Amino acid sequence: MTIVVGYVPTPEGEAALAQAIAEARKSNSRLLVINSSKGDALVDNRYAQEPEIQSIEDRLANQGIDHVIKQPVRGHDAALEVLDAAEEHHADLIVIGLRRRTPVGKLILGSTSQRILLEADCPVLAVKAG
Amino acid sequence: MDVFSSLMDGFATALTPMNFLYAVIGVVLGTAVGVLPGLGPAMTVALLLPVTYALEPTSAFIMFAGIYYGGMYGGSTTSILLNTPGESSSVVTAIEGNKMAKAGRAAQALATAAIGSFVAGTIGTTLLAVCAPIVVQFAVSLGSPSYFAIMVLALLAVTAVLGSSRLRGFASLGLGLAIGLVGMDSVTGQQRLTFGMPLLADGLDIVVVAVAIFAVGEALWVAAHLRRTPMNIIPVGQPWMGKDDWKRSWKPWLRGTAFGFPFGALPAGGAEIPTFLSYVTEKRLSKHPEEFGHGAIEGVAGPEAANNAAAAGTLTPMLALGLPTNATAAVMLAAFTSYGIQPGPQLFASEGPLVWALIASLFIGNFLLLIINLPLAPVWAKLLQLPRPYLYAGILFFATLGAYSVNLQAFDLVILLVLGALGFMMRRFGLPVLPLILGVILGPRLEGQLRKTLQLSAGNPAGLWSEAIAVGIWVIVAIILLWPLLLKLIRRNRPARSSLLPATSGATEPREVSGSVSHASHRADGSSGDGHSDGDGDG
Repeated sequence: MTIVVGYVPTPEGEAALAQAIAEARKSNSRLLVINSSKGDALVDNRYAQEPEIQSIEDRLANQGIDHVIKQPVRGHDAALEVLDAAEEHHADLIVIGLRRRTPVGKLILGSTSQRILLEADCPVLAVKAG
Repeated sequence: MDVFSSLMDGFATALTPMNFLYAVIGVVLGTAVGVLPGLGPAMTVALLLPVTYALEPTSAFIMFAGIYYGGMYGGSTTSILLNTPGESSSVVTAIEGNKMAKAGRAAQALATAAIGSFVAGTIGTTLLAVCAPIVVQFAVSLGSPSYFAIMVLALLAVTAVLGSSRLRGFASLGLGLAIGLVGMDSVTGQQRLTFGMPLLADGLDIVVVAVAIFAVGEALWVAAHLRRTPMNIIPVGQPWMGKDDWKRSWKPWLRGTAFGFPFGALPAGGAEIPTFLSYVTEKRLSKHPEEFGHGAIEGVAGPEAANNAAAAGTLTPMLALGLPTNATAAVMLAAFTSYGIQPGPQLFASEGPLVWALIASLFIGNFLLLIINLPLAPVWAKLLQLPRPYLYAGILFFATLGAYSVNLQAFDLVILLVLGALGFMMRRFGLPVLPLILGVILGPRLEGQLRKTLQLSAGNPAGLWSEAIAVGIWVIVAIILLWPLLLKLIRRNRPARSSLLPATSGATEPREVSGSVSHASHRADGSSGDGHSDGDGDG
């Protein structure tokens, strides 16, 4: 089995990662961590830097989870990157973190999670920050 | 009228509500473009030139002065928080500043940069107010031969001393001079480089050239390198400094100022060399040499003071002689011309109120910058999260609008695109932009002085060295040109004793450091080409 998790260095992203690790251990699956950025701004705080990635790497290795960490910067939005990865690896589950956003905010800014929920071909597990 | 009362009159003009508003707009815009790497004050002033035609010249220049100083402040924020110099003159700041930020001392680094910039800017502007009239008194006695020599010196020095490659520098200068030649000969009325096109007979509008090279060239360059791995900004609260930081900062501030102002005022100054010198000096004099390389506050305080003092220094030859030595000053000089104001030593006499209002507004702008930078530095850093396609689309829009509005001719848009492509190619092949823009702006003035000299001497080239000062300057020009050859000869004669050249070996150190910094980063900035100076000419 393969589980794809959309990771961002925020409480929501951490919650999603923790949940995904738990799922992966339960079903002994391969875990695919996706952290992407459009790469069009000089600074993107949702793109994890070297030390953060290293600590996730260590954490997954310590728990003995078969894992891949990908950080695509291709100008696509995060939803598309997660969906792409899920399709490419025939994922059985996608784990994402949900952020509280007002209906108006969602109308204007759209929602990454909504797009994943609507377009994914596999079950999606959505978690909230602790 | 003495300096003090003129300056007070200047304050009276600069503090009227409208002018004060323009000063505020100027410093806000300047800080913004300073924070963003790739955008510089020179580009901003060029973009705003067409917009400001409707304004009083005084208001426009007050705004430009704010942009100029603002760019110097903004650059340090990016250097410290992101390790990417926002401006070429803050390359050195990134060395220690970013280390400090990583060690959790970003607040202190930002504070010493902002307060140091304020101290240096204030002292520098005071020196400008005192020195400029003295230089003018000296300059009015100069004849055309000396002027011609000084301009040649400025062009050569900027080309040969700054920048990493002389060949590229001269190529860029040649391009600039050629662009400056287009149009009708001022004496004989012959058409030059117009290719039979009547639209070219008036020459290329400097606004169109500057906007094309800075804005369009940079936008194309960014478009070609759009996707880059994004970085995280180091989070920081309110900048503040402890007692110990003050104690360690005030001397570097003053020493940085002492380096910056004279280098800025020299015809080949620029803000880069004094920042390197200040860094090296602080490293040598520091009581905590072990901290250098790990975030020493002196390494931020000194260079930041130096670049602001240099900014003030650069305005001295610009206002007193009509001689710009960096891109922003060059574009401001072009602005004088487009307002029908003749730059040069007579500027203080003919446009006294404007010049003094400009100088007064530098004091005001400097103070405003301290206020908006000290508490708001973290907010400015948020600008870096702006998606660049939106940013550059906006810049291209303004560039096109501005270029069209100058003469309302569609032909100018063609020129804009052609020169924009040239600007892109120059960035692609590492040609510095500064010599080109100086060539375009100084070229025609240079030619004017040459023609005047030759007319006075009835065509005899000996007229070129008919003044004592001119002779002295030609000697310096010769030394600059022959320096690489001399260096080679000395090295060949004494191959074993490389320590013979202490100046060069002293300059190697910052050169390497700067190299590593700007490797890690975007090309230093648009406004002065390939920003970091390679110190070849310090010797």
